[in-house]
Parts: sequence; C-alpha cells; structure tokens
Amino acid sequence: MKRSYLPHTDDDRKAMLEAIGVKKAEELFVDIPATLRLQRPLDLPAALAEPDLAEELKALAGKNASLSDHLCFLGAGAYDHYIPSVVDHVLGRSEFYTAYTQYQPEISQGYLQALWEYQSMICEITGMDVANASMYDGGTAVAEAAMLACGATNRRGVVAPATLHPHYRTILGTYGIDRDYAIADAPQENGVTDLAQLKAMVNGDTAAVILQYPNFFGCIEDVKTAAEIAHAQGALLIVAADPIALGLLEAPGNLGADVVVGEGQAMGIPLSFGGPYLGFFAATEKLIRKMPGRIVGQTTDHEGTRGFVLTLQAREQHIRREKANSNICSNEALCALAATVYLAAVGKEGFSQVANLSLQKAHYAYESLLKLDGVSAVFAAPFFKEFVIRCAKPIAEINERLLGDKIIGGLDLGRYDEKMQNCMLVCVTEKRSKAEIDRFVERLGAIL
Amino acid sequence: MNILQELKYSKDHEWVKIEGNRATVGITDFAQSQLGDVVFVEVPSVNAAVKSGAGFSVVESVKAVSDIYAPLSGTVVEVNEGLTDAPETVNSDPYGEGWIAVIEISDASEVAQLMDADAYAAFIQAGGE
Repeated sequence: MKRSYLPHTDDDRKAMLEAIGVKKAEELFVDIPATLRLQRPLDLPAALAEPDLAEELKALAGKNASLSDHLCFLGAGAYDHYIPSVVDHVLGRSEFYTAYTQYQPEISQGYLQALWEYQSMICEITGMDVANASMYDGGTAVAEAAMLACGATNRRGVVAPATLHPHYRTILGTYGIDRDYAIADAPQENGVTDLAQLKAMVNGDTAAVILQYPNFFGCIEDVKTAAEIAHAQGALLIVAADPIALGLLEAPGNLGADVVVGEGQAMGIPLSFGGPYLGFFAATEKLIRKMPGRIVGQTTDHEGTRGFVLTLQAREQHIRREKANSNICSNEALCALAATVYLAAVGKEGFSQVANLSLQKAHYAYESLLKLDGVSAVFAAPFFKEFVIRCAKPIAEINERLLGDKIIGGLDLGRYDEKMQNCMLVCVTEKRSKAEIDRFVERLGAIL
Repeated sequence: MNILQELKYSKDHEWVKIEGNRATVGITDFAQSQLGDVVFVEVPSVNAAVKSGAGFSVVESVKAVSDIYAPLSGTVVEVNEGLTDAPETVNSDPYGEGWIAVIEISDASEVAQLMDADAYAAFIQAGGE
C-alpha cells in the first residue's frame, strides 16, 4: 500500500486556494523574483517502501567510520568519553525531548529545575558564582565572553593566545568584525602561552585575556599568573576549559578567572559529526547582569513554596535589544540536560576518576610512542589527555594507513600551522584500554 | 509627590544639586515611583566623560530597565557605590542616600536649561514625558 505522509489531499489544497482567491500555490511566491526560484521539481530519488528505505540508509551509514568499530585517538575539542546509558534514557523522555523554551514557569518546573541543577554543577566544576543555561558550543561561548568583557570594561582589546583552539580563534574573529573588538595574538613558547610576551601586550585598552585550560595542544597553562597580568591592567581573564580536566585540575575560579567558558560535549554528548554540542558559560557574581543567554533562578512563590524561573531577563534581547552586550537567547537545553545527567550519574568521585584515567592513559601512550623510531617529542610542558608528537612521515599518509586498520589517528597539526608539519595531536580518553593503546603504538611503529 | 525647592530638574526626571562646579545627580521621587521597586543600579565609572542628554547610568526595576541620561556634560568624579548592594535606596531616599553620581561640570551654560522646582512640578502635572 502506498502511503503519503503529507497531511493535505489535492481537494484540501484546492479548497484552501479557493478560499483565498488564488489559482495556484505558485502565485503565493510572486514576490520572489522568478530568477531566484527553482523552476523544476526537487532532484530526489523515487519513493521507497519502508523496509527498502531502512536498507538504503543502513548502507549509507555503513560508509561512515563509526566509533562502534574504530579506535579513536582524535580529540582537539571533540572527545570520545564514555556516556553512561542513563543519559539517553532521561534525554529521550518527551517531557524533555519535545519541550520548548521554559518561558512559562507554571508548566516548566521540571525542565527549569534540571537547568538550574546544570548551572549549579557548572559553577561547582569551574569554581564560579553563576552560570547561564548554556550556549551553542565552546567556540561561540569564547566569543560571547569576549563581548561581555568589552561591555563590562568599556574597552575593545582582546588578547588571544596562539595556544587557543584555531576554530575558537576563527569564531572570535568573526564575532569581532561586527562587535568591533581588536584581537591581538599572544605567542606560545614550548606549548604554553609566553607570559612575558603576554604581559608586554596587555595594557589599558585590554578588555580581556583569553586562556585555554588545558590548551589546544593539551598543555596546562599558568592561569594564576595570567589572571594577575590581566587584573594588573584592569582587564578580565577568560578561561576556556575542558570540563573533564577540571575533575583533576584546580578550578579556574580559584585561580582568578573572571569568566570560565568551554565545550561541554565531553559530558554525556556523542561526537555525532560535530554537533549539536554544548557551550557552558560561568562568571563571577559581579558580571551576572552582563552575561549573555538565559539564567534560571531559584525562588519562592507567595506561599513560600520553592520554584524556578528564568531570571534577570532585562539583559535579554526582548527588553533592551540595542543596549545588550549580546542578543543571544538560543541555548542547548537538551545538551545541557545531557551534561546534568552525566555529572549526576558519574558523581564527584567518578568525575575525578574519568579525569585521572584519561591522564594516566594519555601519559602511558605518550611514553610508549616516544620509544618508537621516527617519533619525537615536541613540547615539554605538562599535559592532560592530549599531546603532540612529531613523526618521520606526513601525518595525512599515516592517518590514511591507520584508518585501514580501523584506527582514527590524531589531528594533523600541519593543517593549522606551517611550522607544525608532521606533528600529530593525539588524544587518549578513559575509554582506551591498554591493549588498544598498545595496538595503536604497534601499528604506528610499523607504518614509520 | 516630593519635589525639593533647592534642586534643579531635567526633562528626563533627574534632579541636580549644584555646588560650585560640581553637580550631584539622582532620579526624582516621581521617577522612582514610576519605575517601581529598583533592583539594580549600574553606576557610571569614575573619570568617565558624560554628555548632556546621553545615557550614563542604568536603573533596573522589577518592571523595566531605564537609561538615566546625564543632565549636564562633564566628568564623573564620584559615584554612589552603596547602590550596588542597596539599590532600593533609590526608592526610599531618592534625594539623599539614593544619589547616583557627582559630575564636574564642563559647560556651566547648560545649567540654565534645567527646570526649577515649580517648573518641574508643572512639567509633571502636564504629563511631562
């Protein structure tokens, strides 16, 4: 039986067109110049029966190198950490899965409370006073933080380190075009920001210094000193952090950060080809009214019962659009929920354990790789779960051969920096077993 | 509606207390009553240059967010830091503890543009906006 999923029959369409006095639906598009309109039917293959379609899509999906049958040593901002099964079960509940923005607290208490829990956990991890209900992703969160800093300080200089993720740097530049902030790039020395150079670059026009923690190369930056350098000139320190690393490292809030942002994908969100991801955004209480996006607050009703609402909305686009530092309201509520369930599931100890296992396994991999002929160290700075190695052959060639062995190798840094030809950024999470790491080392050794 | 005789007033409902070349600025009793409960005041920065008629502070109430416009041009020399922790002072004592900033006047001729108490009373009566 042939079934159409379109709700309207030809008779329905005819009746509607007659009701508004139009002969054909095309007449409704006369305002769009004919040259801009597609003058032919969409180029789609013929309809298929459902079982055939399922087969077709399975075949297409089979062309992907998925993590169910490949070993992943690629990170660089998107990480293959374990996702407890409870995450998807909670996420799939229609109360969460199909909900719209929580504008009406009287019918959104469950979701509002979940987002409030999320904010509380982000505050705890980052060591900050207040967090918003999330942003698109890590990169946009960095750019929003720069905008906040410019608005809060009435300055327009932003110092970004060479150790910042190149994609984040690109987004920062894109936002900067419209927001008119001036970005200066601070050089790196041995894998971390050159603090002496940074100090020379920060002045009375600097709104913010940005630091990534751990940085793009996996190395641990000196947040405390960077904060002192920024604050000495009245600038803010923005830290872009890997939340998993904060299971081990000192919270940036305790080191003097004014804003802590980052990519939350590692907390319960699948890699899924780059999105949707989760930007988290936390700040000191002093900056709460400058923050972008939504904030969920806990309050009491007139009977004294605890309840949750979207709060401080005066900052948002629907009240003071032209005055706001940011007009963003969109957030990643479902991804924020995933992170909340993830953190609740692993708990404090589990969270530290994930970080510690990633650290130990990454260091085991690093030491094993350095024993190979044709592999050398690049940086000496302490690292967390990612590190850079230099190989005797081009990385693209190595990765192609690794893929043949169902291993996804590290990132080819030569794509981002001419000086880093033959350098690979390797990532090792808690998911990699010793046997898997050994296999990767053995295969790489054979290729070199 | 409380209007003090010794002060000058702007059409944006700010009061101005002139002492030599310094002007203490706040919002009037009428303005605070229109705003409702004030929950936040963003005071300007000390040393900020301000221009007559341009926004230099923000008052947020439970109902709305309003820009406060500088009644005179000059330089901010003092701000009421106390409003950060106690913004409600703007409601309870608009002409006293609820002051917002002190401006060092750069153009004394602008003072003549301000209203006296009687003119301001008439301005409100006429539904001054």
